[in-house]
Amino acid sequence: MDVLVCLKRVPLAGGTLILTPDAKDIETKHLGFGISPHEENAVEAGVQLVEQMGGTLTLLTLGPSDAEEQLRAQLAIGATRAVLLETDGQEWDPQGTAAALVDAIKAEETQFDLIIFGAESVDSAGYQIHVRVAHALNRPIVTNVKAMKIENGVASCERVVATGREHYEAPLPAIVTVRDGLNIPRYPSVPGRMQARKKPVDMKKAEPRVPKLEKLNLTIAPSKSTGAEILGNGADAVPALVEVLKKIGAL
Amino acid sequence: MILVLVDHDRGELDPLSLRALTAARKLGQDIEAVVIGKDGAGVAGVVGEYGAKVLHVATHADITDYTPQASGRALKDLVEKLNPAAVIAAGSPRGNEQLAHLAAFLDAPMASDCSSITLGSPHVVQRARWAGNLIEEANVHSPLLIASIFPFSTEPESANAGAATLSEFQPILEASDTVVRVLSRDSGESKSGGVTLTDAKVIVSGGRGVGGPEGFSKLEELAALMEGTVGCSRVVTASGWRPHAEQVGQTGSKVAPDLYIACGISGAMQHIAGMKNSKTIVVINTDPEAPILNYADYAIIGDLHQVLPALTSAVREAKG
Repeated sequence: MDVLVCLKRVPLAGGTLILTPDAKDIETKHLGFGISPHEENAVEAGVQLVEQMGGTLTLLTLGPSDAEEQLRAQLAIGATRAVLLETDGQEWDPQGTAAALVDAIKAEETQFDLIIFGAESVDSAGYQIHVRVAHALNRPIVTNVKAMKIENGVASCERVVATGREHYEAPLPAIVTVRDGLNIPRYPSVPGRMQARKKPVDMKKAEPRVPKLEKLNLTIAPSKSTGAEILGNGADAVPALVEVLKKIGAL
Repeated sequence: MILVLVDHDRGELDPLSLRALTAARKLGQDIEAVVIGKDGAGVAGVVGEYGAKVLHVATHADITDYTPQASGRALKDLVEKLNPAAVIAAGSPRGNEQLAHLAAFLDAPMASDCSSITLGSPHVVQRARWAGNLIEEANVHSPLLIASIFPFSTEPESANAGAATLSEFQPILEASDTVVRVLSRDSGESKSGGVTLTDAKVIVSGGRGVGGPEGFSKLEELAALMEGTVGCSRVVTASGWRPHAEQVGQTGSKVAPDLYIACGISGAMQHIAGMKNSKTIVVINTDPEAPILNYADYAIIGDLHQVLPALTSAVREAKG
């Protein structure tokens, strides 16, 4: 079983976002970087499959050369090797990113049985790169997977919706996107970290394309400007809250 | 003409599609709607009321339930026949997925989670990033605009119009289009009173401050009394205190109930993204500096383990 997991380096923003002076990006001077939550589940799924069935787990990302840091961190979890498609540091649009990933996947000697993406990136959430890759490779794709089994060459998948769970199947080679809750991502072990330093990371230059979805600028979304009205402290404030609930029609 | 993909689940309309229809109407062009699968024809009345003159119904023997790539193919066939200025859908998992298949078939750009659209050359959109905490302005360089509407950015408004005219068509599918489809379902993890997070009018939600799985009984009691349901933050599901189905936030459910009571939740950005569109937000937290207070309407500073039992008995009393 040869598995490929696609990742994206993203800033680890906690409670608030600050923009760069040109308002084109978020200010990352004081932020660490990582991958999106769903992608941690994607790597864990890949590691588990290779543990159970043998084979290899390859990581693929498009980003600045600094994205090697994220690849090494995930190699420490148990991936075999990684490929970094190096950009000039600018974020690419979804079509350009998908095309570069497709070229890189086609250039690989391994024909991956399963390609896993996170369901959405925490920063841009375009909901399309995985589908574009699936079309270009002519593979079936199941998205938003929250439970998965591989049996007899078929990925058997569950998706959680408001009314319960939906069951899908995709014959391999296939593509899936996975969500938080699929598994519990493990932490890297000390030997894992040591080995990750020596694992191969292939650096390739990626040629940018003219974006068709062209980011112009960013603004911080307004929050409720007045802030919360403090009704009081502890249980003594409950009567005031009950009045509020009556006023808004909740009681 | 603007073509709006109206989503349905075995004939039942997705309410977010009414918001997408409302947003599409604001672009000042004729609206036509499309549903995938013959079960969808029943929504003609309501999509007409929301401004669609025609409802195109994609029917095919191999489309018996949700089949996302077949939806993309049907949309492509219709786009080539009708040449709309834009194809719009709700920014739901299904809406985004079906539009992505259309965009992949056409190798055209797609803008997800838009809160504002100006048609032109190029089209200009405002779209949500960081789950709505940032707004991106972007040009879309393509004659056809493919865009999904950020959930909750538009309130549904009826156009008070009559039913849409039905127009059936049969998309020409390839075998690969129907490989991935819903094969079966189950009703999932059962919830108290059967109220789901996305339908609930009242959500009593707990975070790290609840302290453990036992503490949630206080939230459950209040939620049941108010005919609502229990939600939680990511740290709660990651700690195994509550099932993942109850998680509110960017990686869980995005909700907008009438009343959201956040108990012991500090307000990480990823949680705020899932609940900030709630009509009224009440916070119960020991920390007066918690980030969630910036998004709340009312707050009680205090320990939820003391406040909630007092609130529950006061609500019970008020209800008589």
